[in-house]
Amino acid sequence: MKAKEITNQISKSAESLNLKKWDFGASFSNDYSVQVDKGIAKQLKASQKQVLTIRVWNNSNLVGITTTSDISQSGIYKALKQANIASEFGNKKETTDFSPLAKEPIQVQEVRKINPVGIKKLLKVLREAELKLLGSHEAITSIPYNGLSESFYEIIYANSDGAFRNYSKSQAALYLYARAQEKDKKPRSSGSVKLGYGVDDIDIESCIKEASNKTIAHLSYSTIKTDKYLICFSPEAFLTIINAFSSIFNARSIIDGVSLSNKNSIGEQLSTEALNIYDDGLNEKNITSAPFDGEGTPTKKLCLINKGKLENFLHSESTARIFKTIPTGHAGLGSKVSVSPDWLVVKRSDECTNLKNSLTHSNYEGEYVYIEELNSIHAGVRASQGSFSLPFEGWLCNKGIKSSIESATVAGDIKYLLKNIVNIEMQEEITTNGISPHVWVNELSITGDA
Amino acid sequence: MLSSKIKYCDVEFGKCNKDLLEEVISYGISLGADFVEIFLENSDNSTILAEEDCITSVSPSFGKGAGIRIFKDKRDGFVSTNDLTKKGLMGSVSQAIEMLDISDKKNKELFRGFNELKDYTATKKTWIDEIPTINEISEKLIQSTNSLQKNKIIVRKGSYSRNWQEVIIASSDGTYATDIRLHQTVGLNVIASDAQYRSNGSRRFGSSGMPNEFRLWDHEKAANEVYESTMNMLYADYVEAGQMPVVLANKFGGVIFHEACGHLLETTQIERGTTPFKDKLNQKIAHESLTAIDEGISAGSFGSLSVDDEGMEPEKSILIKDGVLKKFISDRAGEIRTGHKRTGSGRRQNYSFAAASRMRNTFIAKGEYSKEELINSISDGLYCKSMGGGSVGATGQFNFAVEEGYLIKNGKLTKPVKGATLIGDAKEVMPKISMCGNDLELAPGFCGSISGSVNVTVGQPHIKVDSITVGGR
Repeated sequence: MKAKEITNQISKSAESLNLKKWDFGASFSNDYSVQVDKGIAKQLKASQKQVLTIRVWNNSNLVGITTTSDISQSGIYKALKQANIASEFGNKKETTDFSPLAKEPIQVQEVRKINPVGIKKLLKVLREAELKLLGSHEAITSIPYNGLSESFYEIIYANSDGAFRNYSKSQAALYLYARAQEKDKKPRSSGSVKLGYGVDDIDIESCIKEASNKTIAHLSYSTIKTDKYLICFSPEAFLTIINAFSSIFNARSIIDGVSLSNKNSIGEQLSTEALNIYDDGLNEKNITSAPFDGEGTPTKKLCLINKGKLENFLHSESTARIFKTIPTGHAGLGSKVSVSPDWLVVKRSDECTNLKNSLTHSNYEGEYVYIEELNSIHAGVRASQGSFSLPFEGWLCNKGIKSSIESATVAGDIKYLLKNIVNIEMQEEITTNGISPHVWVNELSITGDA
Repeated sequence: MLSSKIKYCDVEFGKCNKDLLEEVISYGISLGADFVEIFLENSDNSTILAEEDCITSVSPSFGKGAGIRIFKDKRDGFVSTNDLTKKGLMGSVSQAIEMLDISDKKNKELFRGFNELKDYTATKKTWIDEIPTINEISEKLIQSTNSLQKNKIIVRKGSYSRNWQEVIIASSDGTYATDIRLHQTVGLNVIASDAQYRSNGSRRFGSSGMPNEFRLWDHEKAANEVYESTMNMLYADYVEAGQMPVVLANKFGGVIFHEACGHLLETTQIERGTTPFKDKLNQKIAHESLTAIDEGISAGSFGSLSVDDEGMEPEKSILIKDGVLKKFISDRAGEIRTGHKRTGSGRRQNYSFAAASRMRNTFIAKGEYSKEELINSISDGLYCKSMGGGSVGATGQFNFAVEEGYLIKNGKLTKPVKGATLIGDAKEVMPKISMCGNDLELAPGFCGSISGSVNVTVGQPHIKVDSITVGGR
C-alpha cells in the first residue's frame, strides 16, 4: 500500500468511527540477509514487513495508541477502535499533541537510495570477504559471526491536521567477527562493521582489514593489574559511553527523574572547555539519517555541550511544551513518547589551552590503557546513578609497546569522566555511531585478572 | 494423498487451513526442497505502564504473519511475510527456493500430507477472555506504585506486559500442530535518592498460560521486597576489585549459568564453533557437585511450552550430570548440521525469525547445603543477593552486574557494596562451583539471541564459586 493510500484509508476509517484527531507512523520494509560458514551458505533470509502505529485523541484530548502489522481495511479499522479504547486510559497529567513543526518544510528532501543487488550477489560478496579474512592470518580459524544485508524501506508520518511526510531509503550492512587462536592460548575475537546505502557502497576491503588487524592484534595477550590508569578512549568507545549516558541531555529522562540533569541544568559546566558535543542526525556521513522523527518534527543539528557546558536538551512535542521550547526532532511515536539522540558528533572546541596535547595514541610513550571497544552496555551502565562498570577490548601501552588485555573492566562515574578529560585529539574519525576524535581521561579504575 | 481441491485461499486462524498449507508445502517440495516448514502467527499483545500515581501508557498491538523455512542439504532459506494469502505464501516459498538456488525439481508426491492435527488449544481458547481487563491491571499497578510511596523513593514505576500468541506449525515431515500461548509479566522499578546517594531497584514476575495469575500477584509483598533491596544499597560503598570467592543467591542468580554456560550448550554455538564444549560430551566440564537441567514442561513456568516452534513437544534435558556434560540443546537445524537430536527447543520471538536452539527453563539442581553453610565457608568474599544483566562474548568470556551485593567477612554478611561486576570464562568457572544449596528457586526472564527475544526461566539454589574476578573500583 502506498503512502497516500494508507493515509486515505485511515482518514476514511477514522471518519466512520467519528474520530476527529489522529496521527500515524508506518514503515514498510524489504530486508535480505546472508550468513556463511567457510564458504557454505548458512541462513539466507528475506522479509517483507509492515508496521503501522496509530494514535487517536478522544473528546477529552487524551491519547490512545495501537500498533499492528495488519494494514488491511479491517486491520486499520480495528487498530483505530483499539486506540480509541486505549485513549480512555490516556495520561491526564501530561498530555500529548501534534508537533507544531509537523508541517514545517524538511531540510533533506532527497534521500539516497540504491537498488537491491539480490541474495545471490550478497552471498558472493560475503563468501569472498570471508575467504579473504580467513586467509589474512593463519591463526584466524573461523568467522563465527558474519552477515551481509540490504534493506529497503519507506517511512510515513501523517496526521488529521494535514501533515504528511514520507521518505524511502536503502541501507546495507556488513559485519565480520573473526575468531583466532594460537596453540596453548585462549581464543581471541574481534571484528568490524561497515554500513553503506547499498552493498556496492560498503568499503568491504577496509572491513576485512580492520577485522583482521584487530583480531590479530589481540592474539598476544596478558592480564592487567587492578589499578587506576590513564585511559585513551577510541572514537567508537567514547561515543558508546556518551550514548549510554545520553539521559543527561534527554528531557524525557529529566521529567521522569532518571537523568543526572534537571530542568535548570542548562549552562552547567559538565566537562573541560575543550569539549563540544552535537547531535547531528542529518550529517552527510550518517547512513541511517532520517529527515523527520516519529512525530513528524524535522531532524536538525543540535549543540548539546558547548565548551564543556550543557547547552540544549533533546525534546519531543510534550517535553518541549513542558520546558516551554520547541521539539528538536528526537521523538519516537507512542502514547508516552520516547526521546533519543540520532547521531553524536564529538569535537574539540577552540578553548583547548588546558589540554595535554602530548597525549596522542600514535605517539605517547608513557603508560596508558587504550580502550578500543566497550561491551555489555545494557548491564554495566547505571544511567540514573551516573556509574558504569564495563568489560572492554583494549591494550596496555607502555614505551611504545602494546599488549592486548586478556579480560578486564573499566569502572567509574560519567561526571568524573567528563571532568577529567585531559586531551581531545585533533583527528576525528567516522564510526557507525557518530564522529569523534580519541579522548583521554585521567585515572579510571581497571579491574584485571593479574 | 493430498486433497485435489483447495477450499481456502487465505489462512484463517481458528479454522482448518490443512488443504491450503498442504498445497504450499507440496509446492515447495515439487520445486526441489528437502524440507519445508510454515510457521503462522496471530498475536495480540498489550503493555501498560504506571508511574507514580497514574497510568502513563497503554499500548496494545496485534498482527499476523508467516515464516517459511526451506532446507536443502544443510542450507536453509527463510522468508517472513505479513501476506497470508495463498499467493503470498506461495510467493514466499518461491523466494526461498530461489535464494537457495534450487533447480532440481522433485515429485511433489514425496510429501505425503500432514499427520493428524495436534491441537494444543483445547483448554486455552478462553484465555484471551479470561485475562484481566485494562481497568483491573491499571488499578493494581497503581496500588503497587502507591505501596512504594515511601521516604527517599523518587521514582516509582509499575509495568505490565501480556503476550498472547496463536500459532500453526506445519511441515513436510507431516507435522501439523496448533497452540495458543499466553505470557504475562509485571515489574516494579524504583529509584531512591538522598543527597548525593542514589540507588535503583527492580523486580519482575511472570507466568505462562495462567490468565488469572496477575490477579493473584501480591503487589504489597513485591513492593516491600524491592523497597528493602533499594534502600539497602542507597548508601553502599563501591566494592573493591579483586579475585575472591562468591556466593550467588538463588532464583535470578541462575542468570549466570544461563548466559555463561547455557548458551554454550545450544547447537547454534556448535555450528559456529564458538563453544569450548563442542567435543566434551560425556566428559567432565564442571565440579561434580553440579547438575544442570533445561526443560520446557513445568506447568506455569515462564519458559514452558506445549509444543516448540518447530512442532515438537519439549523434553526435559539433563545437560550436566554430576559435572559431566550429557546433552546439548538442539533444534531442527542443529540436528541437521551437528547430529544432536532435537530436544523440543526450537524457539523464536515471532514469525519474522527462523527458529533456533534456545533454552527454556534452565536451572542448576539443588544440592545439600544451607545458604548459611555456603556463607560460613568463606572468610573474605562477596554475597551476590541480586543480579542485574550481563553478556557473554564470542570467546566465552562473561560479565554480570551485581545489583545487590554484601561483603562476607569471617563467614558473616557485613556491609552492602555496589558497582560489582563478575567477570570470568565459563570453562574456568564451572569447575569452581563447589557447593550447591538446597533452596532451588526459579525466576522469569527474557533471553535475546539469534531468533529474537524469548521467555525463559533461570534458576538455581544458592551456589558458591571458589574464586572469580570481581570488577569494582
